[in-house]
Amino acid sequence: MNKNTNLTIRKFDAIIVGAGGAGLRAAIQLSESGLKTAVISKVFPTRSHTVAAQGGVAASLGNSEEDSWQWHMYDTVKGSDWLGDQDAIEFMCRKANEVVVELEHYGMPFDRLDNGKIYQRPFGGHMSNFGEKPVRRACAAADRTGHAMLHAMYQRNVKANTQFFVEWMALDLVRDGEGQVLGVTAMEMETGEVVMFQAKATLFATGGAGRIYYSSTNAFINTGDGLGMAARAGIPLEDMEFWQFHPTGVAGAGVLITEGVRGEGGILRNSAGERFMERYAPNAKDLASRDVVSRAMATEIKEGRGCGPNKDYLLLDLTHLDPKTIMQRLPGIRDISIQFAGSDPIKEPIPVVPTAHYMMGGIPTNYHGQVVLSMDGRHDVVVPGFYAAGECACASVHGANRLGTNSLLDLLVFGKSAGEAMVEDIKAMPTAHRELAQGAFDKTLARLSRLESQKSGANVHEVGLAMRRVMQDHCGVFRFPDMLAQGVARIIEVEQQVRVTEVKDKSQVFNTARLEALELDNLIEVAKATMVSAEARRESRGAQAREDYPGRDDANWLKHTLWYRDGSRLDYKPVQMKPLSVDSIELKTRVY
Amino acid sequence: MMEAAHLGRLRWHSRRGMLELDLVLERFWLRHGDTLNAEQAMALEQVLELEENELWEVVCGRRSIDEPPLQRMIELLREV
Ligand SMILES: Cc1cc2nc3c(=O)[nH]c(=O)nc-3n(C[C@H](O)[C@H](O)[C@H](O)COP(=O)(O)OP(=O)(O)OC[C@H]3O[C@@H](n4cnc5c(N)ncnc54)[C@H](O)[C@@H]3O)c2cc1C
Repeated sequence: MNKNTNLTIRKFDAIIVGAGGAGLRAAIQLSESGLKTAVISKVFPTRSHTVAAQGGVAASLGNSEEDSWQWHMYDTVKGSDWLGDQDAIEFMCRKANEVVVELEHYGMPFDRLDNGKIYQRPFGGHMSNFGEKPVRRACAAADRTGHAMLHAMYQRNVKANTQFFVEWMALDLVRDGEGQVLGVTAMEMETGEVVMFQAKATLFATGGAGRIYYSSTNAFINTGDGLGMAARAGIPLEDMEFWQFHPTGVAGAGVLITEGVRGEGGILRNSAGERFMERYAPNAKDLASRDVVSRAMATEIKEGRGCGPNKDYLLLDLTHLDPKTIMQRLPGIRDISIQFAGSDPIKEPIPVVPTAHYMMGGIPTNYHGQVVLSMDGRHDVVVPGFYAAGECACASVHGANRLGTNSLLDLLVFGKSAGEAMVEDIKAMPTAHRELAQGAFDKTLARLSRLESQKSGANVHEVGLAMRRVMQDHCGVFRFPDMLAQGVARIIEVEQQVRVTEVKDKSQVFNTARLEALELDNLIEVAKATMVSAEARRESRGAQAREDYPGRDDANWLKHTLWYRDGSRLDYKPVQMKPLSVDSIELKTRVY
Repeated sequence: MMEAAHLGRLRWHSRRGMLELDLVLERFWLRHGDTLNAEQAMALEQVLELEENELWEVVCGRRSIDEPPLQRMIELLREV
């Protein structure tokens, strides 16, 4: 039966799914060029996860000391452990100043120097003169950079008449027989109504998917919806094995404790009270880079020196610090520790574990934000009408490891470039929208009716928990061959359960149980892609650290992974080593 | 008894951009979800209107709110 006629169809020039930093930036570009633009979001725009970013946004403005985009580019390539595409990295670093200054004009209240220029602070991995010494490159608005960014860009969009559909959940990507993307199906939470949003150009800016892990710094909304929708529509996911773990998430809660705490003198200790980082990084000790500290912690736990009844966490000790220092310089950290660890860091150490923080992989795009496929030996085959930007996309600028503050930059640069590409592509298209084929919504309707009619099915919370545990135990900071192989089998078992989830509440209005079941459909795709890609990559590079293959293997593995949902198949494509205008940054060992 | 639709909306508005708030609100719903009365629901609705940073500061006691019904709701959030 053709159920198409039952769905309302709303037509726009452009649709953006996601109202975080990337989505809002792209929307400005589209609306200001006069195109009819809709932004769909699960939550109110300024509640998108970008709001949590505090550290800042990178740009080689050189306001406090000499800096250059070439140095920034070098740091980013090195940080990526040479897996980043050098054309996209050059593009991002060269555009950084422009997009940050634009943001300033949108009203972003950056911290300033006495001379009125934007104040900049140092951040891990950002150096001057090709890796020589730290440079001040991060621009921030106090500790509310993400919050201020969302506000400035939301206001700009309101002025430009962007149409917002808030508390709508996009369900599936709709493609026609030729593969062209025609829009998305989406559900209005307030009514449960499913609508087709049809557009000439569709952008995914749906953010990260940290909720595949048991311990994650990500808010609950980060469920990888864009990746799930893309995978179900036959689009591969790139480099999904690469997840950045932050060393200090509060054990059991995941909430991030910033690097600043170790900067103030905080020390990591194991169950014997030993300052174990002295063994792993004799110079930098507790201040070594994120991946080094995370790996050291994972080793301590694996070797039985973790703390607590299950020996599964370590301690971040601040008790030797002057209480005044804690009260004055780290009040936020004290709040977090009291709330989520039940301990006052003035008196007791904070239990911490390495915690999933950022997804380097995603939907494959070029540096114009156009989604690209690999076909017939070519790796730049554009999917007409489909774009992705922000954490859900893989351009790939972060490669195997992201530098702090480069993500907010990624949102601005690729949000803008995707918006520009969409404007250009839409102008070249016929005025009428393409025909929606019969059965275009079948996938969505089948998924909803399966959920509606499921009897004696699996509990969404239990299945979600099982998935998070499998990912944490089998595909965490340190990866072991036997655990990965078992992990692949276990995650497929979990997937079977996801296929039969049951929601008892059948109501149409704000049915959160149903929304969570639909989110789990997306999370499981991300989890599977991660596990299968990690198992197959037999080397250690950036965030992927394998016990059996401890070294980087450029001869065999200097390539991007592509995971296809169909048959959980893997393919690979070369890394773009050639930048746009400068010489290639040659392979080197990544040491800091 | 609260209307299911209203509760559903409040539950969804408890999904935030900061993990800190998600966790506090999750505990709140576990503890008080079944017994929430209309007055509390109204207070919660207003509390959830706050911006992420504001709400977190309120929960941590670093920012105060004058209206008594909201204060009582915030007490509940702090206790969980
Ligand atoms: C605690 C923390 C601190 C961080 N600090 C920094 C920092 O200082 N500097 C830095 O560079 N990076 C930082 N990062 C990383 C950075 O914040 C994120 O990578 C970035 O904000 C992601 O932005 P985005 O626009 O891609 O997605 P988000 O801001 O996550 O937005 C996603 C949007 O998609 C919408 N959405 C998702 N699924 C659907 C769906 N199915 N239907 C409709 N809408 C949907 C959501 O409603 C939301 O509007 C930090 C990350 C964390 C977790």
